[in-house]
Amino acid sequence: MAKIPVQFTLNGAEKAEFIDSGTTLLHALRDKIGDTSPKGGCHQGTCGACSVIIDGELRLSCLTLAETCNGAAITTTSGLSQGGVLHPLQRAFLDAFATQCGFCTPGMIMAAKVLLDHTPDPSRDEVVEALSGNICRCTGYEPIIQAVLTAARSNSQNAA
Amino acid sequence: MELRKSYFADQRKDDLHEIGQPRPRSDSPGHVTGKTAYFADRNFPGMLHLKMVRSPYHHARIRSIDTSEAQMHPGVVKILTAKDVPHNVYTILILIQIGPEDETVLADGKVRWKGEAVVAVLAETERAAQEATAKVKVDYEVLPAVFDMEEALKPGAPVVNEYHGRNYYLYDSGECRKVRFGDVEAGFAGADHVLEQTYQSSPIEHAPTETTGCIVAPEGNDRFTCYTNTQAMFFTLDNASIILQMPGNRLHFVGGTVGGGFGGKVDVIVEPIAILGAKLTGRPVSFIYSREEEMQISSPRAAEKVVIKDGAMKDGRIVARKVTGYTDAGAYSRHSPYGAQKGAGHYPGPYTIPNVWIDTYCVYTNRTPSSAMRGFGVTIGDFALEVQMDKLARLIGMDPLEFRFINAYRDGDMKAHRQPTEGAALIECMQEASRAANWPVAEKFMAMSSYAKGA
Repeated sequence: MAKIPVQFTLNGAEKAEFIDSGTTLLHALRDKIGDTSPKGGCHQGTCGACSVIIDGELRLSCLTLAETCNGAAITTTSGLSQGGVLHPLQRAFLDAFATQCGFCTPGMIMAAKVLLDHTPDPSRDEVVEALSGNICRCTGYEPIIQAVLTAARSNSQNAA
Repeated sequence: MELRKSYFADQRKDDLHEIGQPRPRSDSPGHVTGKTAYFADRNFPGMLHLKMVRSPYHHARIRSIDTSEAQMHPGVVKILTAKDVPHNVYTILILIQIGPEDETVLADGKVRWKGEAVVAVLAETERAAQEATAKVKVDYEVLPAVFDMEEALKPGAPVVNEYHGRNYYLYDSGECRKVRFGDVEAGFAGADHVLEQTYQSSPIEHAPTETTGCIVAPEGNDRFTCYTNTQAMFFTLDNASIILQMPGNRLHFVGGTVGGGFGGKVDVIVEPIAILGAKLTGRPVSFIYSREEEMQISSPRAAEKVVIKDGAMKDGRIVARKVTGYTDAGAYSRHSPYGAQKGAGHYPGPYTIPNVWIDTYCVYTNRTPSSAMRGFGVTIGDFALEVQMDKLARLIGMDPLEFRFINAYRDGDMKAHRQPTEGAALIECMQEASRAANWPVAEKFMAMSSYAKGA
């Protein structure tokens, strides 16, 4: 089968791959490029573990065809910390015990980042709504909600 | 968090300065940066993908299996049936002498539940493997099935599992695990109130976000490295060794990082067949459940039925408790005989009752085999017992918390299964709960202690 070339930036770095038509972005990121931070929990768009940010929007990489991402800017959780310094969301998840098994965490952080990028000072309801596409089976969600609210506060303090 | 050190002060030598202090989890930095390596976060050149042909029937005889067309499907490398598995009939708890071996790795002559693994297909891609499973032709003769535990125990019910020969697990104590303590009938005869209630639960799926799976890589030294999310590393290693008839020193298991388990990943299901595939092809093999398989195929918590009959006095003392518990193992034992046995020891609850009679049955039906899940054998029982306690309190006309103080077990009390109670602390927990929930109880209960008898 003829391969299709795709080219995009992943966490700021240029990436180019030849893929089979129909390859999901999740598969391309994990098995071709080697960024395993997006997780495959359902492969049918219901669990949110594969969430990534494409051109500023939250997307499910298991339902996104890699061939549609030509020229896109893709962000994953593995690209959030800079120079060994954790992103405020990563710091808040760590401090608030918002992780247990950790499998949903990269997707949760992606969803939270898109929320805070658009809504720097969200209400609790807005946080719940933003995370509603991401399933966590360990924490009961409360520590995750608190982590996102904490990260929003620390962001606004840094900005002030 | 307040730490009350007044409790059991004379029994304590420690300082417990860690409790009540937040400490960072050692695995969190990996989780928040996406660096934590789960079993599937690796890729080997030439890796094959394993998909199962599964039974569409709850109970059926297999007349024949024809893999010829599937074999021709582009990308298919190897197809495995029961005859390829060195020791095909196994049971997980044989390691602790809980037999007989009653479950097939790949179905041999019969399927006993809808979804049972029949044929394994190994192919270059997941898609090719999935497509080829549809081309395996299995000729079934459908048999009558039984789904209800009490139906299964009736004479003449279809026999689910011939390795047992009857639809219940035969304990050394007979058809059920039994606890006998005092004279329960005399207790009922002398009771002011008798209450019998039946409680039932459905199977519950753990639904971890990471599905069950493993990746196996053949090594140059004739060993196999198995990356797995099992919650039971050594059970899995030892059972794989038995199933594959391969010494354990040829099997290197790597795990410990589990994307949610809750007990659902203690069965030995994916690893032996994936290792066999790697052995017979010489290539790495990935066998990962789809979300559908995780929901439909992986063991759930057992369905349970609990019949509780209690005799109680007007003053609140429970004088007799008779419990009959049924655990639906599904078609195979897995961990259910142990779960049902745990229930037998547990059913009096954390209460001291002078006359106790308990029977717990582990029943085979044509349902998905059940197994471990967070406190299995005990959790549903606790639900039933505590609902029963509330109903009893209402019947007697007592405060439900005071009713529990009256019956709470205390250090030195003999439990029905003949283990003396030690380190109970139930009274103290209830005293704290009374304060925290602002649910006051009479002063005499607040003055009680778990280890100084007499309130």
